[in-house]
Amino acid sequence: MASENLIEIKDLNFSYDTRAILKGINMTMQRGKVVAIMGGSGSGKTTLLRLIGGALPPTSGYVKFDGDVVHELNRDALFKLRRKMGMLFQFGALFTDLSVFDNVAFQMREHTNLPESMIRDLVLMKLHAVGLRGAHHLMPNELSGGMARRVALARSIALDPMLIMYDEPFTGLDPISLSVIGNLIRRLTDALGMTSIVVTHDVQESLKIVDYVYFVADGVIAAEGTPQQVRDSVAPFVHQFVHGEEDGPVPFHYPAQQYRKDLNLESEVV
Amino acid sequence: MFKRIVSSIRHIGHQTIEGAWRLGVATRFFLLVLLKSGTSLRRFGLVVRELYFTGVLSLIIIVVSGLFVGMVLGLQGYETLQKYGSESAVGTLVALSLVRELGPVVAALLFASRAGSAITAEIGLMKATEQLSAMGMMAVDPIARVVAPRFWAGVISMPFLAAIFSVMGVFGGYLVTVVFIGVDEGSYWSQMQSAVDFRFDIVNGFIKSCFFGVAVTAIAVFEGYDAPPTAEGVSGATTRTVVTSSLVILGLDFILTAFMFRGVS
Amino acid sequence: MQRTAMDLWVGLFVVMGIVALMILSLKVGNLNVYNPAQSYTITGNFENIGGLKVRAPVKSAGVVVGRVTDIQFSTETYDAIVTLSMDSRFQFPKDTFASILTSGLLGEQYIGLAAGGDETKLQHGDKLMKTNSAMVLEELIGRFLFNKAAEDDSL
Ligand SMILES: Nc1ncnc2c1ncn2[C@@H]1O[C@H](COP(=O)(O)OP(=O)(O)OP(=O)(O)O)[C@@H](O)[C@H]1O
Ligand SMILES: [Mg+2]
Repeated sequence: MASENLIEIKDLNFSYDTRAILKGINMTMQRGKVVAIMGGSGSGKTTLLRLIGGALPPTSGYVKFDGDVVHELNRDALFKLRRKMGMLFQFGALFTDLSVFDNVAFQMREHTNLPESMIRDLVLMKLHAVGLRGAHHLMPNELSGGMARRVALARSIALDPMLIMYDEPFTGLDPISLSVIGNLIRRLTDALGMTSIVVTHDVQESLKIVDYVYFVADGVIAAEGTPQQVRDSVAPFVHQFVHGEEDGPVPFHYPAQQYRKDLNLESEVV
Repeated sequence: MFKRIVSSIRHIGHQTIEGAWRLGVATRFFLLVLLKSGTSLRRFGLVVRELYFTGVLSLIIIVVSGLFVGMVLGLQGYETLQKYGSESAVGTLVALSLVRELGPVVAALLFASRAGSAITAEIGLMKATEQLSAMGMMAVDPIARVVAPRFWAGVISMPFLAAIFSVMGVFGGYLVTVVFIGVDEGSYWSQMQSAVDFRFDIVNGFIKSCFFGVAVTAIAVFEGYDAPPTAEGVSGATTRTVVTSSLVILGLDFILTAFMFRGVS
Repeated sequence: MQRTAMDLWVGLFVVMGIVALMILSLKVGNLNVYNPAQSYTITGNFENIGGLKVRAPVKSAGVVVGRVTDIQFSTETYDAIVTLSMDSRFQFPKDTFASILTSGLLGEQYIGLAAGGDETKLQHGDKLMKTNSAMVLEELIGRFLFNKAAEDDSL
């Protein structure tokens, strides 16, 4: 193996038009680990995953995946690289014109020449892992939000990729499914030697399964550490996040002018 | 006053540049679709699936409209022609109008609003719900896998639909004039056959419908792929598909007709 | 939708489309009567073609036997050279008489061929020797008035 680190991110900057979203991110992710990325809503976590997948080009800095700098690859090489990645989209992104079965089978049919009987077995295995083997004939519009997410999860692990990026896998799941999925992520990582990146807001659940945590705030890594370090941390930022307090260094509000001014209360001094 | 003129001229300039830019983007996209058509042709099943949605599902409206257009043509043609005692030429009138103009044009207009809008809405919605990005992240090119099969299905369907429309129209004219009014059956067909020319009328009509098929589907897939990923974005794109393709069909029809029938009666 | 049902419908659609194209070609466009692949070309000079158009039919005894494919003006003889594409199933004698006729009072103009008695047949590239111009309404009326005047004079 080339190096112990599957992903290295160095001084990564990214902006949409002129608005800087990421300002100098540095991360390393070792093979076979589950890494969590946490941060407030709108802090750029999904954007970071897109940069890793090469769907967006960085403004400066780079993402290195398995030895290759992602944004320097040409299209064919990038597509080749993406076959080693799976991604669970935040909103599932199931193909609405295909059944659950065909969704999970999609990549197998596109990228392999496996016989249909073997595809069938593999698909049912993947669906079984997320508890939806019986739903294989349904169409995506017949699924509940949580079921759709689990199908999307099954689809993202279809080809047993080296890296899976989960964008908020826990939202919309009931407590039972939640811990099942959490354990599934852990088990897949251990059993198949995959690496997982989990973007999540669910601090308690994720701390149980991950090996390392990054906190993103204001476009930079605000804190990082192992789950134990995180729990014990006295840094106000981490403390606020782990315990879900509204007041603290993490602003709940998107930057805006003063509330009173927005509501036109400024001049009406009574 | 002067300022108003300057600003309106600037507005025109802005619109022109915007339009030209968009046309450029669309052209590049069109070439990209052609370039990436290999998958659709190798895995023709993908196109067959789309043929069902663009072709088969458009059949009903094409058949019914064709029949009625032909019946109206027959009725109106008969009313006018019988004043000059040449009602036997009604077959000619029906067939020539359909084969040269109404078949390709009306079928294409119906196709744009039936299948074109559906293609735009489907691709736009797939984009809005991140299905296209998801596909890209799975190392499958959405242009090759989603856009190209729809494009080719549309291109293949259009000439067939236009031909079916014309045949239904000729049959509708036959129903009204021969069966109901009682024009002589022999002269309905023979007059038609002596006036309609294979090379000039049938082939040219066919060529027209091929052009329309390419134009309508190209517009539909581009608008869908280019739609802003929101509900308004998709609905706006769907409307634009119908409006733009209708205008393009009519404009293209004029140009093609001018080329094809120049110097000919 | 079941895959096989979809295939069936699409197959049906394609067959319908092809059948429609065939109906248009054979029944409406009458492809079998006039096939340019098997044709020969002859020309004829006409003093006046009236309203004759390219693609007008060429008929003999009322049957379509060919079509006008080209109309040119000759600067040598100052008349019109009309090119006819003839169905090669129909051979005509060398001295065939061609005239421009009108179907009905206001109908389209076509070329009528009246076969002569010559043994040799017209070949590809031959020229019709005997032609008769189109009737032009103004000339007709003019002649009628002239005759009328002459009649009146003689009275
Ligand atoms: N296509 C876009 N164009 C412009 N700005 C965008 C675009 N997508 C996202 N942004 C902005 O980038 C910022 C980060 O977005 P991102 O989706 O990465 O957030 P996130 O951390 O995933 O949030 P959440 O937890 O709510 O999913 C947001 O402030 C958002 O407004
Ligand atoms: Mg997000």
